[in-house]
Amino acid sequence: MSNESTNTPKHDAIEQMARELARDCYQCGKCSAGCPVGERMDVVPNRLIRLIQLGHMAKAAAAGAIWECVSCQTCTARCPQNVDCAAIMDALREFSVLRGTASPEQNRTVIFQRAFLDNIRRYGRLNEVELIGRFKTKAFLNDLSIPMLFKDALLGPQMIRRGKFHLRGEKVRDRDVVTRIFEKCNQ
Amino acid sequence: MARIGVFICWCGENISRHVDVEKLAEQCAHLPGVRCCLTYKYMCSEPGQNLIREKIREERLNGMVVASCSPHMHLKTFRKAAEAEGLNPYLVEMANIREHCSWVHHDVKAATAKAADLIRMAVAKVRRNHALSPIRVPLTKRALVIGGGVAGIQAALDIADAGHEVVLVEREPSIGGKMAGLSETFPTLDCSQCILTPRMVEVGQHPNIRLYTYSDVEAVEGYVGNFSVTIRKRARYVDISKCTGCGACWNACPNKKTPSEFDFGMGKRSAIYVPFPQAVPARPVIDANACTMLTKGKCGLCAKKCAAGAINFKDQDELITEKVGAIVVATGYKLWDIGKEQENAKLAGYGEYGYGTYKDVINSLQFERLVSASGPTGGELRRPSDGAVPKTVVFISCVGSRDNAKGMSYCSKICCMYNAKHTMLYKHKVHDGQAHVFYMDIRAGGKNYDEFVRRAIEQDGAQYHRGRVSKITEENGKLIVRGVDTLAGEPVTIEADLVVLATAMRPADGVETLAQKLNVGYDEYGFLSESHPKLRPVETNAAGVFVCGACQGPKDIPESVAQASAAAGKVQVMFSREEITREPEIASIDERMCAACFTCVRACPYNAIERAEIRDRAGRLIKRTARVNPGLCMGCGTCVAVCPSKSAELEGFTEQQVYAMVESLG
Repeated sequence: MSNESTNTPKHDAIEQMARELARDCYQCGKCSAGCPVGERMDVVPNRLIRLIQLGHMAKAAAAGAIWECVSCQTCTARCPQNVDCAAIMDALREFSVLRGTASPEQNRTVIFQRAFLDNIRRYGRLNEVELIGRFKTKAFLNDLSIPMLFKDALLGPQMIRRGKFHLRGEKVRDRDVVTRIFEKCNQ
Repeated sequence: MARIGVFICWCGENISRHVDVEKLAEQCAHLPGVRCCLTYKYMCSEPGQNLIREKIREERLNGMVVASCSPHMHLKTFRKAAEAEGLNPYLVEMANIREHCSWVHHDVKAATAKAADLIRMAVAKVRRNHALSPIRVPLTKRALVIGGGVAGIQAALDIADAGHEVVLVEREPSIGGKMAGLSETFPTLDCSQCILTPRMVEVGQHPNIRLYTYSDVEAVEGYVGNFSVTIRKRARYVDISKCTGCGACWNACPNKKTPSEFDFGMGKRSAIYVPFPQAVPARPVIDANACTMLTKGKCGLCAKKCAAGAINFKDQDELITEKVGAIVVATGYKLWDIGKEQENAKLAGYGEYGYGTYKDVINSLQFERLVSASGPTGGELRRPSDGAVPKTVVFISCVGSRDNAKGMSYCSKICCMYNAKHTMLYKHKVHDGQAHVFYMDIRAGGKNYDEFVRRAIEQDGAQYHRGRVSKITEENGKLIVRGVDTLAGEPVTIEADLVVLATAMRPADGVETLAQKLNVGYDEYGFLSESHPKLRPVETNAAGVFVCGACQGPKDIPESVAQASAAAGKVQVMFSREEITREPEIASIDERMCAACFTCVRACPYNAIERAEIRDRAGRLIKRTARVNPGLCMGCGTCVAVCPSKSAELEGFTEQQVYAMVESLG
């Protein structure tokens, strides 16, 4: 199934990596048991891993579950077989984005992550105001959803009160280091 | 003058398919010293052996080479055949032209050439062989059994019933081991104590068994047939020859707050105590850390109440030496205590289950005590935190077993069965309760085993979930168990009153130290190594030392008992002879040449080489030298390899022979 004509060498590389990561899984299910969003998932993590083991990468990557994953890494930390389940989730998302099979809603996650990384690249620290601005603009251009623009606006005051939201952005002193990190990751 | 016969086997097609046997025979007939060279379809068959015997007689052979399979297969066969014709069996050599040649090479020409080389080497070697006779070692027909659990009890009784004296050493105040604490046993649900205690009493009363409880093996010296064992009898503070076991002392003891080891902390005991009512010997010991008389010099109530005057606060450890010929190790197992601090960081990863933090998360042996009629709750199941009867109980398999990341990679083998048993015992005690089991696989191979598990599910309504549990938290007196059912593909959350963890079975504490004293190997988990996993399952690589029960690997009661009887059988085979005969192919040290550097002493894996002194008649030291103990040497040749002065030699594999073999190829 995964050898469909839409696959590129990059797809194959991701799939190979995912299969490598999934090889040691013996399907105990501890990943699915501990997943904080497991109850919202259409396909639970151990089943995604099983699909990968069987070579059904595209089917796994089409699951909505991969966009529910919050990368908390509980699965990886508790796995008795040292399977890096969180990395497998990353691989599935990358695979899905490359194929363009993610729905506009699922694409929001990608847009958010890109906006986040862009932010870090430029300042080395998170500038929350700019992040929200960029994310909302890009997301709006992506799916033209107006409710999306305001759906979490009420959280703002709460976050400011708890010190989770800074109106003034900070920058790290040595931004060359950040640039070098990004260069290295891009290699 | 060498008169050597060469006998080449076809082994049906096994050898003849890739080695031109007839051509080989022609070539070998002309080797120096060879009188005759024959081939036969199956040399190991009776006609084949008769052919060999005939030739030994006719040609008056004084050496022979059989070119066939590995010496592991048939060296004994051919040596016996030679012996029957009066030819010393150590003048028989084998050239392995099957495993080392025909099975691994498929080019007939090359394989035939290699077979010729192998035979040429064997002929060169056998020309320099000496007639040897087996080494005879005296034998003490007494056995030591270490560990008084069900395996140790079985082994001790079997050996004692055969008429040999047995020394049984047990670390705890009573024999009985883990089995004495179990409530019922699978797959029959018969009462564990009811079937074990008669055997314990038998041990206590057997005229051939000398029982040391509350004792440890301190040191082991000597070798097969002639061990000298030092036993440390720990201070008991009670003279068991005077004590009548009346119980006045432990009733009088004011300190009744010590967690009971026998109840795995589920109950309490006094400072002077017998671990359980059916203990053998039914004599108390004083826990020196809990007794205020021994820690602070105050109290002494027990001594005042003791009519027999058996209590002695000045008791000391005692060292006793026993001479034995064979040793059976039956030190058993422990359940892994995942709550305590671990010996290394890798094993510290089960915080998510809250064992040791939440009182109602217990392990399986603790559960056994809570449902046992002799347990702290009198057989009524009440949870540790508040004494309530738990209405929902979750049993979790494979805690620390089959876990490469944070635990033991092996399967503990018995948990599937006792989990099923626990769900049944629970349902029989709490009729309106619900048992849940989280499992990865149900491993119930064995007579009536799978039927037993199905009964737990079908008749007693246990809810089995295929999956692991990720985390347990406590909320309002309930344990929230977050697991998964991978068959349904959904996370499962259960609000439980009690959680029972089937933690991994591990060898008992201190087994590594004991193994080092006995020269027995052990694996990375501490389980003792048997000599061969299939054909020598109770022997070890230390001659005269046998293993049985869970010290060798996880196993249940029937298997432990079977293995114990097997070990006892092996001891009886040893004791059926008046002395021990050993293979004479062992090392010797040329004491004139030895420079007394003792490199060999350090290198010998069997501790078979000792430091000796040569003295003249007046007792003056002439020189120091290394000396091989023929009772211990296994003939591995390590000393020969390391000796800088070339004074170590291995009989049957002398340097001369090895060089001759190499030169024969030139």
